[in-house]
Amino acid sequence: MAADPITPTTGRTRLATTGARRATEAALMSANGRDRLIGMVFQALLLLGLSVALFMLAALLVWSLVEGAPRLGPELITNGPSTVRPAEAGFRTAILGTLLVVGGVVAVIVPVGVGAAIYLEEYANRDRWLNRLIELNIQNLAGVPSIVFGILGLAFIVRGPLNLGFVAAAGSLTLALLVLPTVIIAAREAIRAVPPSIREGSLALGATRWQTIRRQTLPAAMPGVLTGVILAVARATGEAAPLLLVGAVTFVTFNPNFFEGGYSTLPVQIFNYSNRAQDEFRVLAMAGVIVMLGLVLLMNSFAVWLRNRFERSW
Amino acid sequence: MDVEIRERSEVQPVENRQAIGIRIVTSEGGATPSTEEAVFELDHLSCYYGSFRAVRDISLSIRKNAITAIIGPSGTGKSTLLRSFNRMNDLVPSARIEGKILYHGIDLYDRRVDPVEVRRRIGMVFQKPNPFPKSIWENVAFGPKVAGMKGNLDEIVEASLRRAVLWEEVKDKLRQSGLSLSGGQQQRLCIARAIAVEPDVILMDEPCSALDPVATLRIEELMIELKQNYTIVIVTHNMQQAARVSDETVFLTMDDDRAGYLVEQGATPQIFTNPTNRLTEDYVSGRFG
Repeated sequence: MAADPITPTTGRTRLATTGARRATEAALMSANGRDRLIGMVFQALLLLGLSVALFMLAALLVWSLVEGAPRLGPELITNGPSTVRPAEAGFRTAILGTLLVVGGVVAVIVPVGVGAAIYLEEYANRDRWLNRLIELNIQNLAGVPSIVFGILGLAFIVRGPLNLGFVAAAGSLTLALLVLPTVIIAAREAIRAVPPSIREGSLALGATRWQTIRRQTLPAAMPGVLTGVILAVARATGEAAPLLLVGAVTFVTFNPNFFEGGYSTLPVQIFNYSNRAQDEFRVLAMAGVIVMLGLVLLMNSFAVWLRNRFERSW
Repeated sequence: MDVEIRERSEVQPVENRQAIGIRIVTSEGGATPSTEEAVFELDHLSCYYGSFRAVRDISLSIRKNAITAIIGPSGTGKSTLLRSFNRMNDLVPSARIEGKILYHGIDLYDRRVDPVEVRRRIGMVFQKPNPFPKSIWENVAFGPKVAGMKGNLDEIVEASLRRAVLWEEVKDKLRQSGLSLSGGQQQRLCIARAIAVEPDVILMDEPCSALDPVATLRIEELMIELKQNYTIVIVTHNMQQAARVSDETVFLTMDDDRAGYLVEQGATPQIFTNPTNRLTEDYVSGRFG
């Protein structure tokens, strides 16, 4: 039986090797306990933050469902509003108003926003100070409070040069101005993310700049652009303050028309109902919240489906 | 010799590879054009990016239906030189040239010349394969579509893929993404894409540097086959590749001013076995670079 060359036999050597091993162990494992604890605490904090956010969202959804459930039913969508008969009041006119206004917003922000983003990314010469100024201001505009846009709309769209009056078209334009910076910024980021090698490859084949944008760059940037549009639409659907200034009245019994007459939207109508004293109106307001959430979900789902159609793997 | 350069709007769709849009008309008493035609003639060409001179005073000619390799150490402006042939440097705002590049006798940088038309006749394949994020069919059909070429697109796609020796491998998956191919296949796809617009010249900027040796060999075989119908100019870091593949070699190097200049140009066998310039000899024998 040959002696194991690693295992020491003399006492002094054994002491030395044990000491060496202990020292190595101490060095390799010393920071272990404390660092691992810090890591775990940090991870727990992050998880806590996420949970809080999710919990608030869930609480909101559950609470509105519970509160508004008694009034959920088809008459919510088919009936017009009423101040005296809460049991029969509905949101029909408000829903139509929202659809009109948001439809108008989309019709404006998609061509204007994407067009502006294309110009800024593809055509503008970054060295000129004017273009840098424009970029800076667009980012500033994204942070302006929405009520300011309401006043702007009142001064220039309802009255002033455009003089449209208190109609749904004016509301659309006002909200379009409000959410345009969001779309421009998102579209710019998406266009910027398209690799330059794609553009070079296209140009090297003899495509013009516009052909390259239309057939390569823009389709590739579509997912990001559509995300920006989704965000803009969601925001526009929920805005009440600027619309109140440009003429969304809180009570409309007839189906709204885009260019004539009064109109109302879901947030404004909910605001109206929630101000009333009777309990039934509060329940009605919560039901309206559910309807609004459902509408936003529907619009977002459509946009996500559209986005998936354009998605390609890089 | 009168040269008539048509503006882009007048150009007919490409039906054959002759230079449509650039018509060379001989004047009454003019001499006949020479038969040994140089595709490119560079006349004291310098390329600048702003105030930095990347390429200095280059005069050379590129022969038709041959493979010309541009070799030299890194940073000597080989890619810049190559990109000046199809006006890709125009995409850089600060880029400009001095001197002349003549393509079939026409000044490429003449103000009346449309760079888009230039790029249809002088195609380019890049170092890193860059297929579009579309299907294989769409990749190859893109060039003919934007050029407004007449003819059955399916036939054009098949012919181009056959010429790029890729048809057999992809004929059953034309609708799949171009990015699903291997590196070598992607590069052949890019070559097929460039061929589809029926160019006169194909420029290749280190086309094999991102590929494995087997794929490299296939591309080199492809190049030798293609030169029967196209003029090919290739930039390469790989000296052995230049020796294997090219008919003519151009050697660039640079001085302290970091501007690339032409050291020697000649037939490949002569450059590699019996160069006239000392620097060339040092480079091909590996003493520097």
